[in-house]
Parts: sequence; structure tokens; C-alpha cells
Amino acid sequence: MKNKKMSRGNKTGRLNGYILTLVPLYLFTLLFVVGPLIYMLVLSFMTRAETWGVVAEYTTKNYKDILDPVYLNTFLESLRLAFLSTLLIILIGYPCGYFMAKLSAKWKKRVMLLLMIPFWTSSLIRLYGWIIIFRANGVLDAALMGIGITDAPLKLLYTYPAVVVGMVYALLPFMILSVYSSAEKLDFGLVEAARDLGAGAIKAFLTVSLKLTLPGLLSGVILTFIPSMGLFFIADILGGNKVVLIGNVIQEQLMKAHNWPFAAALATVLMVLTSLIIFLYRKIAKVRDLEGIV
Amino acid sequence: MDDLLRLENITKSFSGTQVLKGICLTAGKGEFITLLGPSGCGKTTTLRIIAGLESPDEGRVLLEQMDVTASDPNKRDVNTVFQNYALFPHMNVENNIGYGLKIKNVKKEEIRRKVKKMLELVQLEGYEKRMPSELSGGQRQRVAIARALINEPKLLLLDEPLGALDLKLRRQMQIELKRLQKKLGITFIYITHDQEEALNMSDRIAVMNEGQFIQIGSPADIYDRPKSSYVADFVGNANILRGTVTHIEKDIVSFQHESGMGSFLSRGHRFVTGMPVTVAIRGEQTTLGQTDPLYIDRKDRMSLHGIVKEKSFSGGMLHIALELANGEEFICNRHGIDFEILSGDKAVIGWLPEHCIAVDLIEEKP
Repeated sequence: MKNKKMSRGNKTGRLNGYILTLVPLYLFTLLFVVGPLIYMLVLSFMTRAETWGVVAEYTTKNYKDILDPVYLNTFLESLRLAFLSTLLIILIGYPCGYFMAKLSAKWKKRVMLLLMIPFWTSSLIRLYGWIIIFRANGVLDAALMGIGITDAPLKLLYTYPAVVVGMVYALLPFMILSVYSSAEKLDFGLVEAARDLGAGAIKAFLTVSLKLTLPGLLSGVILTFIPSMGLFFIADILGGNKVVLIGNVIQEQLMKAHNWPFAAALATVLMVLTSLIIFLYRKIAKVRDLEGIV
Repeated sequence: MDDLLRLENITKSFSGTQVLKGICLTAGKGEFITLLGPSGCGKTTTLRIIAGLESPDEGRVLLEQMDVTASDPNKRDVNTVFQNYALFPHMNVENNIGYGLKIKNVKKEEIRRKVKKMLELVQLEGYEKRMPSELSGGQRQRVAIARALINEPKLLLLDEPLGALDLKLRRQMQIELKRLQKKLGITFIYITHDQEEALNMSDRIAVMNEGQFIQIGSPADIYDRPKSSYVADFVGNANILRGTVTHIEKDIVSFQHESGMGSFLSRGHRFVTGMPVTVAIRGEQTTLGQTDPLYIDRKDRMSLHGIVKEKSFSGGMLHIALELANGEEFICNRHGIDFEILSGDKAVIGWLPEHCIAVDLIEEKP
């Protein structure tokens, strides 16, 4: 009897300890994720003050303002860019991640290092690097004209393609790493088994390799699609004022127009939109476990 | 003439190390051939070359007289049961087994019917919807076999298919595999490092070591008439003795060993006095006594002396390890646990000449 009690006491003790270790995690999420989200939601229903700041007066005006074609178009434009960048990232990143997993341990380390080195510098500085490459008579123009492919500067800086390249450049590593982590777990013996059972190389890839690395690909898509909706500074630096994304509008409303409630409303809509897309995407893809996320 | 499979002088190197040193093998229709050898001897590489998962540096692979050396694995009428089974983890049992047919665009109902038949054959009825992760080792193994057999290959390759199973299940699967093979009449090429498994199941055994076939023959050939000390040791766990021929009387040859005398039957080979000889004698065919007891009245009297070092009991046999005068170990096997000889005792080892066989003889070319 006494023993039983003691063991139960121990169990609850262990359980308490278990919960205790989780407390900081919950606290962090509450403080830095849930809190700001609620603040943003509340803010989006408030009124902008005459000069500076916010007046606690309920209104739905901010949401009605979003229905203006200018903002709707910006949303559409952002979605279009996000889809395009994500597609390019898949096309480049999937093969990279997949074949990286096939390398020998020594080469894996080396390639991983190459992938990581850019993260040692601020992404902002790296984007300014692209300006040097893209600007008229910059590195790219000089190279292309030097070889003789083009005979006049391309003037790529502050164009839509420049922004796409910037997005792909910034987000590609996430796709490669995500696919790599999935492909690393793939037993290439399974591909051999498929070949042995009569599948050609392409068929074996589609029925075995692709299916088994799909979780990595899908989490890679989420890791690239969502940020590409909001990376305003890439559009800012490489697109000038020619490419305006929803992230730019939010930043402008917040920092320049000081219209916090409207910025909050835009951000809320953006968040709902991306959540909806992920939700639909998961429904369609029928993925039970996205690696690492969700 | 109508060999199903023919390997001609296959060589293969991996990063400078020669794994296969020119191997030749033929397999007839419906034959059960075992490649037996220690790990790293090149068994799996041989199998992968037959399957087309690896291409040989030199030599040819012929299937029904057709050169398939350069063919892709999916173009060969060969299927493999892999060592770790390699079941597709994202497919249920039905889709795993039906994979090969689906690739060939066989109709769904036809696949379903054949899968059902296969599951009956491997005694896994009703497991269609299970995922591989929900199966036991033995069940996975059956699925792997069914997945290969459903394609009705002419040749089935099995890479240590029972290696991961416990002893009891292994025995049971040995019998089942043999039954399947006889029933279907498919040629099996089977890899194992377990000599008992090889002796139990095979029509022929190819003993392999360091990328070469040491001896190819029936289980009886390999077990009773090993040609080399390697085969005698690896397959029969025989004791190997090296000595010098002292005298020959009719077909009984006697030899001098550092620990005493021994004799064996010449079996048609020519021996001369003074020539060095290596013989193999299995532990269970020896006698052990405290004095020279048994063959005292025979011409082939022998007396090999040793000191008992260790006694251990396993597999229903008592193993007595003796140390010979030259420091070599000699194992005698006895039934029963109790045996009057104790550790440290001096003992005399004896055997009938017909149980002792000369090995490592230079082949006389006709």
C-alpha cells in the first residue's frame, strides 16, 4: 500500500518535472507569437489618430479599404511572385537536395559548408551584392557583353526578373536542406528493388524516390512560399519602386504613413490568406507529417 | 547445354580492390544453388551482377544463352529478395507485392487476383492492407518473396533472406522456401554464410572465398569430399592436420604428425613416402581415450596425443578442445554432456581411416 502511494507520488513528480521543462516554451510562444497576433488583430479594428498613433475606437474601415483595387492587385501580384519563385525553387532545389544526399560523407560535408557560408553574412549585404551584379554595366552585363552574348546592357536591376532571382536566391537553401533531410533517409536500396522488379529509371524515381521524399519537398514549399509573400526588402532593393509586393505596402503603411491599424489589417489578411493556402495544400497533398514543421 | 544462367570469368573491382577474381558458374532450370562463404567474399557482388545492379569489369552474364551483361535490371527476367527485404515503406502489402505487375500495366483486377494467390502461397492471407512497418520480420520476409515471385521470374536471387530471423523461424522458413522452389520449379541462387542452411537446402553449393569459387558440388560432395582444407574447415568444421607420409599399405596411407601418427584412405590418389600431406577429419568421427585403445590390432594403428583444454556443450554435442604438441587445436565432438575426460588430462585421439580425407592435393590434369 505504502509502496503504491510512493510510486504514484514519484510518477506525478516526474510528470510535474516534464511539464516544468515545457513551461518556457509555452511562455515564449505566448509572449512572442500569440500575444503579438492578438495585438495585431485588435489593432486592425481600431482607428488611426489624426497625427500619430492609434485611437481605441472600433471600426471596420481598415478592412473595407483593402477592397480597393490597388491593394487587391498588390495581393495578386504577391501571390503570383510567390508561386513563380516557389516553382523555380522546386525545379532547382529538389535535384540539388536529392543528389546531395547521394554524395559520399566527405562531399556531403563540403557541399553543406558551401550551402552554409552565405548565412555567415547578413542577407541584406548579400542582396546589395546582387545590385552590383545586376546594375547597368554591372558584373553581369560586363560578363555577357565580354563573351559577346549581348551587345547592350540588359538593365536588369529594378525589374521583375531581378526580384524573382533575389527571392530564389534567398530561399533556395531552405528547399535544398528540406529535400536533403528527406532524401538522406531514403534507402537507395528501395530504388534498386524497384528497378529489379521491372521499373525503368524514371518510373522507379516517380514511384519510390519522389513519393518518399515528398514530405521534404512539401515542407520546403511551405518554407519558401510563405516568406516569399512577405520579403519586402528584396522587392525594395532589387525591384526599386517598380515591383510592389504586399510586404512593401505593409511596411510603408507602418513606417511611412504611420497608419498602424491599416497595416495591421493588411497583415491579418495576408496571414489568413497564407494559412488558407497551406490548409488547402495539405488537404490536396494528403501529407500526414510535414517534416519538421506543422 | 540448356543452362539457364551462365557466368563467364566475371571480375569486379571496387576502388582498386578486386572483389571478384574471374568467377564461372552455370545454373540449370529448377536448380537450387547456394553461394556459401564468409562475409566480404564477394557473394553479394556476384548476385548484384546477375541482377544487373552492378556491371562486371570483365566477363559475361548469359541468361538462356542471351548475353545480358549490359542490360538494365528491369530488362532481365530475374528478381531479387534483398537482404533487408527492401519493402516499399509507403505501400501496403498488396501494393508492394503487386508493384512489378503494376509497372507492366497489368489490369487492376488481375493484379488483385494474383496478389491474393501469392499471399496464399506464402501463407499471409488477409494481410493485403497492412503496412510493412506493421509486420514481423518473418512476415516481411514472406512479402519480399511474394513480391519477387509474382513476376514469375526464371531466376530468383536471394541474398541471405533468413539472416535476420531467429533460429526457429529460420528452420521453418528453410523448409518453406525449399517447398516453394520445388513447387514452382524456379531456379534459386541463394546466398548464405550458414553452412547448415546451405547443406539443408541446396542442389549444389558453390563455396566462395576472397572472390573465387573454391569448390562447386552437391552438399554430399562438399561435406564428405572437400577438396581443400578451406572447404573442410568452413563447411564441415573439420580438424586440419599437416604431416608427412610414412608408409602406404594398399589404400591405407599413414602419416607422421608432430603429435603422433594418423592414417587415411588414398581414394585413388597417388602418394609416396616422404611427401607432405594435409588431411581433414571431423570432430564427430573421432574417438578419444586415455591410452591407445581402439585400433591396437590393426595395421593402421594411430595415436595422436593431445591435452584436454576445454569442454563446452552446444547443439546437442559436447565439444572437447585438445591442444596438440605443435600448439594446434583439435576438436572432438561427443553426444551427451558427461564425459570422463577432464581438463588437463592427456588423451589419445583416434579415427577410422575411411573418415579421414586428404585435401589440398594438386589436381592431376588428364
